[in-house]
Amino acid sequence: MDDLREKWLKAVADAGDAAALEAVRVAALGKKGEISAQMRELGRMTPEERKEAGPRLNALKDEINSAIAAKRAALADAALEERLRTEWLDVTLPARPQRMGTVHPISQVTEEVTAIFADMGFSVAEGPQVESDWHNFDALNIPGHHPARAEMDTFYMARAEGDNRPPHVLRTHTSPVQIRAMEMAGAPLRVICPGRVYRADYDQTHTPMFHQVEGLAIDKDISMANLKWVLEEFVKAFFEVDEVELRFRASHFPFTEPSAEVDIRCSWEGGTLKVGEGDDWLEILGSGMVHPKVLMAGNIDPAAWQGFAFGMGIDRIAMLKYGIPDLRAFFDSDLRWLRHYGFAALDVPTLHRGLSR
Amino acid sequence: MKFTLSWLRDHLETTATVDEIAESLTDLGLEVEEVFDPAKRLAGFTLGKVLEAEQHPDADRLRVCRVETDQGEKQIICGAPNARAGIIAVIAHPGTYIPGLDTTIQVGRIRGVESHGMMCSEREMELSDEHEGIIELPSGDVGERFVDWLAAHDPAKVDPVIEIAITPNRPDALGVRGIARDLAARGLGTLKPRESTPVPGAFASPIGVTIDADTQDGCPVFAGRVIRGVRNGPSPQWLQDRLRAIGLRPISALVDITNFFTFDRNRPLHVFDAAKVAGNLRVHRAAGGEELLALDEKTYRFPEGAIVISDDSGPESIAGIMGGEPTGVTEETTDVFLESAYWDNVQIALTGRALKINSDARYRFERGVDPAYTVKGLEDATRMILDLCGGEPSEVVVAGGIPDHSRAYRLDPDRVRSLVGMDLPEAEQRQTLTALGFTLEGDMAHVPSWRPDVMGEADLVEEVARVASLTRLEGRPLPRPTQGVTGPVLTPLQRREQAARRALSAAGFNECVTYSFIDREATQLFGGDDRLALENPISSEMTHMRPDVLPGLLQAAARNQARGFADLALFEIGPAFHGPEPGEQHLQVAGVLVGRAVPRNVHGASRDADAFDAKAAAEAVLAALGAPAGVQVLRGGAAWWHPGRHGRLCLGPKKTLGTFGELHPRVLRALDVKGPAVAFTLWPEEIPAPRRAGAARPALAASDLQAVERDFAFVVDAGVEAAALVNAARGADKTLIESVEVFDEFAGGGLGEGRKSLALSVRLQPRDKTLTEAEIEAVSGRIVDKVRAATGAELRG
Repeated sequence: MDDLREKWLKAVADAGDAAALEAVRVAALGKKGEISAQMRELGRMTPEERKEAGPRLNALKDEINSAIAAKRAALADAALEERLRTEWLDVTLPARPQRMGTVHPISQVTEEVTAIFADMGFSVAEGPQVESDWHNFDALNIPGHHPARAEMDTFYMARAEGDNRPPHVLRTHTSPVQIRAMEMAGAPLRVICPGRVYRADYDQTHTPMFHQVEGLAIDKDISMANLKWVLEEFVKAFFEVDEVELRFRASHFPFTEPSAEVDIRCSWEGGTLKVGEGDDWLEILGSGMVHPKVLMAGNIDPAAWQGFAFGMGIDRIAMLKYGIPDLRAFFDSDLRWLRHYGFAALDVPTLHRGLSR
Repeated sequence: MKFTLSWLRDHLETTATVDEIAESLTDLGLEVEEVFDPAKRLAGFTLGKVLEAEQHPDADRLRVCRVETDQGEKQIICGAPNARAGIIAVIAHPGTYIPGLDTTIQVGRIRGVESHGMMCSEREMELSDEHEGIIELPSGDVGERFVDWLAAHDPAKVDPVIEIAITPNRPDALGVRGIARDLAARGLGTLKPRESTPVPGAFASPIGVTIDADTQDGCPVFAGRVIRGVRNGPSPQWLQDRLRAIGLRPISALVDITNFFTFDRNRPLHVFDAAKVAGNLRVHRAAGGEELLALDEKTYRFPEGAIVISDDSGPESIAGIMGGEPTGVTEETTDVFLESAYWDNVQIALTGRALKINSDARYRFERGVDPAYTVKGLEDATRMILDLCGGEPSEVVVAGGIPDHSRAYRLDPDRVRSLVGMDLPEAEQRQTLTALGFTLEGDMAHVPSWRPDVMGEADLVEEVARVASLTRLEGRPLPRPTQGVTGPVLTPLQRREQAARRALSAAGFNECVTYSFIDREATQLFGGDDRLALENPISSEMTHMRPDVLPGLLQAAARNQARGFADLALFEIGPAFHGPEPGEQHLQVAGVLVGRAVPRNVHGASRDADAFDAKAAAEAVLAALGAPAGVQVLRGGAAWWHPGRHGRLCLGPKKTLGTFGELHPRVLRALDVKGPAVAFTLWPEEIPAPRRAGAARPALAASDLQAVERDFAFVVDAGVEAAALVNAARGADKTLIESVEVFDEFAGGGLGEGRKSLALSVRLQPRDKTLTEAEIEAVSGRIVDKVRAATGAELRG
């Protein structure tokens, strides 16, 4: 029995590869193997003999089995080591190409503005871009002869022969959405109205289409002081600074009274804008208390309700925040520009995450 | 509106500096655009006395001067012919900037002789064009600052010019006096009193005036008088200086006087040469077609209804806008008719717009002049004409009467607090209004005649707050409309727009924002017509509102190709216009893929973008937007798609959610896009709203039983669509068949002309018990039968 053990353990140890090992296993433990044959012999033994030889044979069988398993694992390890020695990649090769998409700064900034005002209870209203002259002008207290009409560089839609209605306009500002929101929702009301607006002007700093966001809040006791607070909160959140100083300057818009232009304190040191510090003032928006006539045009009783409105350029605040120099490039779709100034798909601006990276 | 500091001081007693005035103006709503202060540039120049001037040893035209200055005796080389001993000159020491030369003077050596500074001409200091010689002052002490000397002897040269932007509501600030009144109300000085005293007439006016009955609404009052025996030469220096400072060219005393009143009191006037007026003046409406050569030397043809001033020989003046050349005054004029009228602002605006004339008079009348000053202004101007030109005035003739603009609004002192949020004592509010010319009777504030903009109580609040300064306003929190966590605010469509944007940028597309207007050809290519045309386009490339977002994107792609970028994935989400009426616009999500979808790379071959790249993007967006499953692909899209290579993504035959595919080669050629381009357009508004209420999902029905996959290869006619096979296969056993996928398409080889092979993989998912081989065979048989019945397909051997 000891000879048997020695013989087969040696055979296992000598097996050079998986096939040789398998041959050893068959020769020892296979149906016709030597140890199997001895196991079969047990049947012919006397009970006494069997009692003595049985356990020893079983133990031998287990031992050989374990030795084969261990050897098999060792051979596999060796084979893997051998394979790995030949497997090598030039990992400095480039990755498989993958297109990287971008979100346009106007969209990103519109979503930023929306996130901030949504937190203050403003929803988002929209309106037509081809607009009736009533909504774009008259309802906003800009009658036909008003000089502001001429100053707006309005685009008009062509009228068909025989159609004698006043021509529709491309909305010159997002303010007509105020009227439509009031008509639809009544008071109290808090909306912002972002979107495309159009003016017939094209030069270094003007494009015939640009973007504005209008804000409107109507309630029983909203005052200009609330407007100032809302704008302060907005500017802080948008420019992601802790402190900001706003300056209200008296001005005039036909649709607000009193009206104010709003400047923010800033510095332009080294050509970059820093909001909240410095000695310069940057005009960023126009605002005021909604004119009673405008409330009436929106079917809201000015004796019972009052509110504020403001409007600012989305492209402009995008340029200021992200240091984008040229307005015209916004609409040129130059791939280099889109990649450089665009935003990653997953950079969804939220207040809890932070608006920008 | 431009004015000078000294002009302002005619009306305002003040010690405020230019900077203080400018700051207050801006804060009051009269936004300062520019302050030009000549003294600032001249601050470094001082007076010096030339002690000796000797010929330069090496230059005929140069003199070596010994000059006594505030920094001691200096040697200065000078080329001016008048540089000589004894004169008082203006000295620039080394380091001084010379504006007229745009250079900073240094110690120099001129032809071998050192020069320590410069003596300047008027042109070198940008005071005038005078450059005959250096400035020679008649007085002055050595070392005195030149600006101080100018202020004392020639103040117009150092008079700061302030330019402000006037909002349309403030016509009163189109006169210097109105600006002074605002500053006085702010507390920056006191408004100097001005009384108009009538000038008695010496004779009856030989020219009479009338207003036609149908014109009285456009011209409530027309006044004038003849002044005879005037001498019309150049106006005095002070008047010329003022007009020049604000950018006007002095013409003659009479014209300069009318311009002066235009800017001083916002009171446009007109002078006719009385000798050239035939008979009387009549204010009436044009019949249409009459012509007049105006003072700008252009001939205008009156539209019907425009207001005209005519004499017996026809139109002589475009009322309130511009006078006529034939009756204009000249240097030879001796008798004038001075006109002061009040015109309706709407009429002036319409006529001015129709004739395209922008004059100072039109600008003022259409914003509103002070009606109460019509006759007083005539008297004040008469006095000035008599002072400057002599002559003898007639009695004043007046047609019509000064319109009644009187009105009053209640001053509610509490309104400033409730509307603006500032606490201002009532006394201060009343004082402000009084200073602005309002008359207070109890709590009623009567509006001054020069403030047509004040039309209600809110305007009183605005005046009070404006003068008090909005810088005093402090922010006050606006409470949230609801307590607790702020709810979502976006509409379903707004959410879809954002989801589409994020989905496409995640899929590698770059978002563009292109103009909403495109050219006519592109409009027509994409199904639009001239109903979308603009009346006044800014260029021939932007004439029509886009009927579709794709043309703008394709043009953007073409521009990028021209710049050398051939592989593009661009998208835009924005409005398209299906008609010219408000609301005839809809939202589109559009994308284009041009060039290669996979560029040349080390791991495999490059591949051009094809219709299925576009389809993948379109389907990804639809999924992100929550479109229901079961979108069918139908044909028959718009004409700008490749006729055989596009598909519509539909819910049933009537509802199209989008289109994808190749674009028509003719369209690409017209838009200059090179190579094939694929695209998609989606209409997010078309996606039905989800029916589900609540966020909970249905329970997951995952079976523990082993699914079975079987592959089938069918041979069909090349025109048979894969969807027909898939649908037929799926119909073989709707409960057992979980999915059917097409995994191979193959044509040619031994299949024969016009045939193709399509391979389907069918996944069977048992629910109750494991499938037996017999059951699998049975289902497989049904699948083959169904597909054959539906499409004529044969199982490939």
